Amino acid sequence: MRKILLLALVLTTGLIFIGRLFYLQIYDTSATTLSKNNAIKVVYDYPQRGHIYDRNGALLVTNQPSYDLMAIPKEIKPFDTLALSKLIAVTPDKLRKELKRAWNYSPRQAQVIIPTLSKEEYAFLGEQLRKYEGFYIQKRSLRDYQIDFGANFLGYIQEVNRSTIKKDPYYQSGDLIGRQGVEQQYEDILRGIKGVKRYQKDRFNRAIGPYKNGLLDTLPVPGNDVTLTIDAELQRYAETLLTNKRGGIVALEPSTGEILVLASAPNYDPSDLVGRKRSKNYTKMYYDSISKPLTDRALQGQYAPGSPFKALTGLIGLQEGVIGLNESVYCKGSYNYGGRKPLGCHAHKRSVNLVSGIAHSCNSYFATVYRKTIDKFETPQKGMNAWKRHLESFGLGNYMGYDLPTGKKGLIPGADFYDRYYEFYWGPTTNISNAIGQGEVLTTPIQMANFTAAIANRGHFFRPHIIKNIKGVDSIPAIYTNRNNTTINPSHFEPVVQGLNDVYNFGTAKSLQVPGIDICGKTGTAENYVKIDGKRVQLTDHSTFVAFAPKDDPKIAIAVFIENGYWGSRYGGRIASLLIDKYLNGEVVRKDLEHWILTHSLEEEYAKPLSGKPFPINDGKKISAKFLAEVTTQE
Amino acid sequence: MSIPSRHKGSFDWVLILIYLALVTIGWINIYSTTYDPDVVSFFNLSNLYFKQLLWIGFGILLIIVILSLDVKFLERFSSIFYIVALLLLLGLFVFGKNINGATSWYAIGPLTLQPSEFAKAATALAIAKYLSDLQTDIKTLQGQLRAFLIIALPAIIIIPQPDPGSALVYAAFFFPLYREGLAGVYLLLGFTSIVLFICTLLFGTLVISCAILLIGSVLFYINRKKRPSKRLYIGAILITCLFSLSVNYIFNNVFEQRHRDRFNIALGKEVDTQSIGYNTQQSEIAIGNGGWTGQGFLQGTQTTGDFVPEQETDYIFSAVGEEWGFLGSALVVLLFVILILRIIQLSERQKNEFSRIYGYSVAGILFIHFTVNIGMVTGLLPTVGIPLPFFSYGGSGLWAFTILLFIFVKLDGNKVNEW
Repeated sequence: MRKILLLALVLTTGLIFIGRLFYLQIYDTSATTLSKNNAIKVVYDYPQRGHIYDRNGALLVTNQPSYDLMAIPKEIKPFDTLALSKLIAVTPDKLRKELKRAWNYSPRQAQVIIPTLSKEEYAFLGEQLRKYEGFYIQKRSLRDYQIDFGANFLGYIQEVNRSTIKKDPYYQSGDLIGRQGVEQQYEDILRGIKGVKRYQKDRFNRAIGPYKNGLLDTLPVPGNDVTLTIDAELQRYAETLLTNKRGGIVALEPSTGEILVLASAPNYDPSDLVGRKRSKNYTKMYYDSISKPLTDRALQGQYAPGSPFKALTGLIGLQEGVIGLNESVYCKGSYNYGGRKPLGCHAHKRSVNLVSGIAHSCNSYFATVYRKTIDKFETPQKGMNAWKRHLESFGLGNYMGYDLPTGKKGLIPGADFYDRYYEFYWGPTTNISNAIGQGEVLTTPIQMANFTAAIANRGHFFRPHIIKNIKGVDSIPAIYTNRNNTTINPSHFEPVVQGLNDVYNFGTAKSLQVPGIDICGKTGTAENYVKIDGKRVQLTDHSTFVAFAPKDDPKIAIAVFIENGYWGSRYGGRIASLLIDKYLNGEVVRKDLEHWILTHSLEEEYAKPLSGKPFPINDGKKISAKFLAEVTTQE
Repeated sequence: MSIPSRHKGSFDWVLILIYLALVTIGWINIYSTTYDPDVVSFFNLSNLYFKQLLWIGFGILLIIVILSLDVKFLERFSSIFYIVALLLLLGLFVFGKNINGATSWYAIGPLTLQPSEFAKAATALAIAKYLSDLQTDIKTLQGQLRAFLIIALPAIIIIPQPDPGSALVYAAFFFPLYREGLAGVYLLLGFTSIVLFICTLLFGTLVISCAILLIGSVLFYINRKKRPSKRLYIGAILITCLFSLSVNYIFNNVFEQRHRDRFNIALGKEVDTQSIGYNTQQSEIAIGNGGWTGQGFLQGTQTTGDFVPEQETDYIFSAVGEEWGFLGSALVVLLFVILILRIIQLSERQKNEFSRIYGYSVAGILFIHFTVNIGMVTGLLPTVGIPLPFFSYGGSGLWAFTILLFIFVKLDGNKVNEW
């Protein structure tokens, strides 16, 4: 016992130490991170974000330098809060609050305390910064917009949020990231790759030299410039025409699927979301639940397409072989299908066939075609699904796969949809309004532009896209160059195109002709309802219009949607004609149309449902009767 | 008696090789911790690693001198060495130089010497001399008292310098005493008081007193057929309870705040990363950063960035941990274990009592240094500032340990003469 005591103690101690070393060095891996935070200072070198050009090479978006006041909370020594807050023009309370927030998030990580200092603030602060230990200034680049429109498709850049930092280790607190539009979609291309320099720190937090002799350091890779398919001049004109209106415009080049115009109203100046006023402006727009300037109506607005949809009903009828070109339908001013109330029609020649049916937008004709199409199959379910399949081949009823981050599916109802709704029998007469683009059918303006392009191409389309070229890559993804064929045989398109042309020749858009251009188009007037205090209330009809031109060699296909613009040719048609005029003639010929649009506002119309009083709709031809009745009984 | 020089070839090569290995590894790590990339010249006295190299060179001279001495000289003059050491320690109160708050150094020109380091070897010689005397019987009270006095005198002089860490090392002499026949009850008492001390700090006096009462009663009940003395049991229980009470009193009133903090941190009762626990925390991070094979020579980020205070002296082992990893640091631990075990093994072989007792003293001193230092650096024990033998920067320490070890090498090499 006496001989082995020390021996045993030495052995035990040795074992304990080796066990402890194993625990510290192998088992518990937290030390590596701790030592990195401790001993390595990481400095980022941010590259210039790529520029954005339009299809004609006009510079839309470039960069401007910006300076953020950063700090590592743990390293801040007590300082004169008042003096610093004066230098950067914030209240001492705000500064204290930001520091506390930063400390709570992480005492060891560099974080933005006050973003985007002005150049003057930067100059003053730069001189005095050595007094404030733990603070430093990070130079970044902000966007500098050369245009005051196009905010909806350009998107913006903002400080990356915490959930993104968690998901993508590339981003650190204070980094900027693209949000919405092209900035988000092509973030990886535009941002480039930031350079990293690592310095070995000593315990006084001084950098004492490059870490591992700079072996792990990287140089920044500048962002790539991108060229968009947008025609900036046409876009600017479209947005001007949309002043004081709500709605969306999409113009495509049918032969490529390139988006020429993507306008949404109301919009905002992209410069409003740059710099320190960003947060205030953004909040204001975010909470504007009435005009919703942050919603891209061209991509996200789901509306009943209205009469332009009749062209598709006709095409499906031809493909299914249920109508002949010369087969006429006798229209007595309405279509009686055994429902409560016949489907009304407007005044035109009594006997119509496909071509004149489109030109006059005859409801009865297309209700007949629709019914025949569904009834061709042994059950309405099968008929409905066949109909749906045709429409889906035009890119309707689902996301389109274009290269912008927002969108809506729209709705093309199939058999499932009605099986869920109706317990017993349903058939084509149940949902006859689908024939004329009312009923359950919903589309977004870009979907309407796309089916117009498909008709212009006589049976195929290219997926709409906004990217034209990425500098250094010089190709765009194949999904945008592959041709998508519709289920309709190309030979069936010619009569429909003729019908659309006749709309301009002698139909509902006769007054909108543009000299020298052979336009095909279709008006639409879509009834719509909102809920006010839980009551379904009808509002003034939406004005929709689709068009393409020239008829035989289409260069542009366009869809215009104006909320509560009443009938199709009133707002939508005028705007479509003007844009075609501008695009193909270079200079607007129909100055009268332009003048009318620029001097007419719909703001009054939009104020009506908010007034809390009964109001007339469709220019006083109708009172929002139901609402009126409710209001009077309440009183 | 034959001529000693005939037997120079029989020095124990295991001890010598391990010594050289430890000194070399130690110097490499001192080089790494004190390396400054801005200093170009190696041979510069402001480079701590260059100075340490000089100390090592001088240490080799000391080894040659010691190995050529007559063993009888060492044995005969051991009392003189002891008295000289005591005088040098006392002289510090008059001539001592204050470095880092402790008056433990003599300044001779640019050189500073720390007599407390050498006093360990002198005390080891003295205790060996006293115990090996035929008239000494460690089993008598008188023998025990005198032995304790020899050990306690230098410790008592060192404590107020203040250098409680160095004083603690004198507990190492318990091992030779016990080996030579000190009653086991001292071991039991020592062990019990340490356990009681820690438990009281962890659980509080009340819980411990209740536990003692319970254990006492149970023991009494189990042994009731042997008719145990009630007085003995009650007395023992009372004394332990009083001890527990006094621990609290001493801890809260006699200890200084920094000592309390060190204990609280080691016991896991307090976590403080900014000031008090900073050393230990940084040292643990450095060691943990090593992984399996370490960051590599001069590549440790904690070491390069000077994050561990006193890294070239007391915390040198953290540099080993960071730059050489688990493999390197475990190797160092193994080398120490083998060194101490080898000394014990050789001591047991000595026919000469003086050599055996001295050997045990050396093993004990190295063991205490090794345990307290690495225990502190790895965060297992409270912070006590004593160096890691052969490793830590400092001439006094290196020479003192060299002398301590090589006197034993010499004594061991001489054993053949006994035949």
